[in-house]
Amino acid sequence: MRRVLFILLLTAWPALLHAQQAGGVAGEGDHTMGGRFLRLFDLNDTGVSNMRRALLGAVFLGVSCGLLGSFIVVRRMALFGDTLSHAVLPGIMFGFLATGIVLVGAGGVISADDMVRSPLESFGAFWKNSGCSFEFRVEELTKNPVLIFVGATIAGLLGGAVVTFIRRATRLKEDVALGLVLAVFYAVGVVLLTRVQGLGSSEVTGLSGFMFGQAALLTDGDLKLMGAITVFAVGTVAIFYKELLLTSFDNSYAEAAGFPVRAIHYSLILLLAFSVVVALQAVGVVLVSAMLITPAATAYMLTDRMHRMLWLSMGFGIFAGVSGAFMSFFFDAPTGPFMVLGATLVFVVAFLFSPRHGVVTRWLRQYSRAAQVQRENTLKAVYHVLEARDFEGEGVSLRELAERRSETEEDASRLSAELARHHLATLHEDGNQVHLTPEGWQRACEIVRNHRLWELYLTNEAKIAPDHVHDDAEKIEHVLGEEVVRALERTLDHARIDPHGRPIPGLADLQAGLAPEGGPDHILGFGKRL
Amino acid sequence: MSENIEDALPLEIHDLTVAYHKRPVLWGIDLEVPKGKLIGVIGPNGAGKSTLIKSTMGLLPWSSGWVKVFGKPVKDNLSRIGYVPQRESVDWDFPVSVMDVVLMGRYGRLGLMKRPGREDRDIARECLEKVQMLPYASRQISNLSGGQQQRVFLARALAQESDLYFMDEPFAGVDAATEAAIVTLLQELKEKGKTLIIVHHDLPTARNYFDMLLLLNMRVIAFGPTESVFKVDLLQNTYGGRLTILSEVAEEVRKKT
Repeated sequence: MRRVLFILLLTAWPALLHAQQAGGVAGEGDHTMGGRFLRLFDLNDTGVSNMRRALLGAVFLGVSCGLLGSFIVVRRMALFGDTLSHAVLPGIMFGFLATGIVLVGAGGVISADDMVRSPLESFGAFWKNSGCSFEFRVEELTKNPVLIFVGATIAGLLGGAVVTFIRRATRLKEDVALGLVLAVFYAVGVVLLTRVQGLGSSEVTGLSGFMFGQAALLTDGDLKLMGAITVFAVGTVAIFYKELLLTSFDNSYAEAAGFPVRAIHYSLILLLAFSVVVALQAVGVVLVSAMLITPAATAYMLTDRMHRMLWLSMGFGIFAGVSGAFMSFFFDAPTGPFMVLGATLVFVVAFLFSPRHGVVTRWLRQYSRAAQVQRENTLKAVYHVLEARDFEGEGVSLRELAERRSETEEDASRLSAELARHHLATLHEDGNQVHLTPEGWQRACEIVRNHRLWELYLTNEAKIAPDHVHDDAEKIEHVLGEEVVRALERTLDHARIDPHGRPIPGLADLQAGLAPEGGPDHILGFGKRL
Repeated sequence: MSENIEDALPLEIHDLTVAYHKRPVLWGIDLEVPKGKLIGVIGPNGAGKSTLIKSTMGLLPWSSGWVKVFGKPVKDNLSRIGYVPQRESVDWDFPVSVMDVVLMGRYGRLGLMKRPGREDRDIARECLEKVQMLPYASRQISNLSGGQQQRVFLARALAQESDLYFMDEPFAGVDAATEAAIVTLLQELKEKGKTLIIVHHDLPTARNYFDMLLLLNMRVIAFGPTESVFKVDLLQNTYGGRLTILSEVAEEVRKKT
């Protein structure tokens, strides 16, 4: 868990820094926030159709990253995801540069872009072009989604392979290998990016989006590819869910049962590379790993079942993506940082308020528990005071209570006010006299009974010396449930006297508070004289 | 033909050698395991006990030799092997319930792409009942004690409905009640004609729990019925005099024989 937190911190920090960087989603026109909001409803505005594309892209990346990220988190491959996502950068650059390679021959010029878009015609032209030659032309450079996708996937997988190679060939451990590969691939990518920007191609602006994400630059071609890959990833996980679950939980058992564990592992890495590439354009190389880890880590904290974790993680991924795209639109800044901030926001909320493990939730639970124990201790003190004077009279004065608890009268006053607030007692004579309500009386009896029963149990059954049992009973008295009490009473043969010679309140005493007058003779409470 | 296969030994290992980073950890293991026996694998730390069962199932590569399970190469007969790995080998914070884990025992029979159905759930429930863990079926696995975790692993192996079982230290770190429950269960399985090979680290109990013992220290020191193998000189050979507990046990053996 600490490692996950650390990685979250690592990824959220650059997000904050880069959030300030400029870069236009909204483009020209009205730059006030209200103006941008109004533009959302203007159908003819190109900025708005960009926005719609951005939102659709955000949904795709939320789904694929959330899904694959869940497996990354439970397989403890978070750092691997980080390395893989940085390693794709050189691949993007090569994919971009590949479009500049053209075939020049008698039949004219055929670019790589043409080949991908209409392979058959290009091949025909290539066939006729005997004696043609390859050339690199800057003016042909263009952002072709398929070439960039192929380049990025190859680079990502190559990065993964180098990690495996380093680990096998040296004594270095996985984390070191990951660090090495992340750094060098990213460095190569940045060098290529600066070189490519120096080429002077008009398409270069689209490339800077790959660093920090620019969802507004998504083209219809990008979206089609993202959609196809997302559907493929979801389909694969749905079909092979059982295998993925088994190998993630217990790989050697899966292997012993005859499952092709290696093939499953590499398929997962391939899917991971796909989902990284899907998210690239919108989130950027630097932060894409956060979209893998953060939604899944949030889901991991909220549920104990893998299938629920997948759904939650996809939901958080979509939320992060969509909110990030919106924020980026309004603040006119790169998308990636805002998506990561959106995801981290959900994480923080879950971290603080998750019903079972949330920090604040737990703290509140402890606080209310402590307050309850304190009230019960006050009730017990009231009971002791009453018992000391043989249950004569109903009220207990603040001074008596304070003496009993060895506290000041102010403390006693505060404690009794606390009882009154919870309807366990009523205050009389300007708050100087405390009278227990029937509920208060019952709880007081229960606590004293629990305490004395436990002492008796420890002394009789566990053979612990009577002077050693009090401290333990002080804690146990607040947690014993009715079932355990019944069992204790049976074990102790319904004994009525504790090891220190004091009577143990019984069921009749508990109910005596409900009818203070005229209870049966053998009861101890208000109706009772020993 | 089918008779032939049933007559075949549950496990036959010939000249198996296994190496980690070119350093051999198991040398020329030969083993012919008869059907319906409860077999303990005994040896000091680093003797290759876990390595033996892992490599037998093909989880570790062999340098030489072959392994046959019910007359067929082990790779072709994995479905007849049930496996209980060491408890520490998995992450117990993994988001699955007890039921999910036991159902995993059915996955091998389902094959690729099929989901466990009602019948699989019924079998999984029966297996949980056998290890007295049915009331915990919907619990998340991180809320279990060590003994309960071991029972869940056992239930998963039972759900495989195999004929040959490998168990890696099933008694490690479990409470006395669980240990007794496991022993009873192993006896029941044996009476149904299953063959069980169990890595065990406690010498004194090994003598009472198992029909046969395999004394292992990188090579097979001895393999045979417990009474003929649990001998001072053989144990001395296995542990190489390194183990202080050995002298106590040896003394005990001397007194009783």
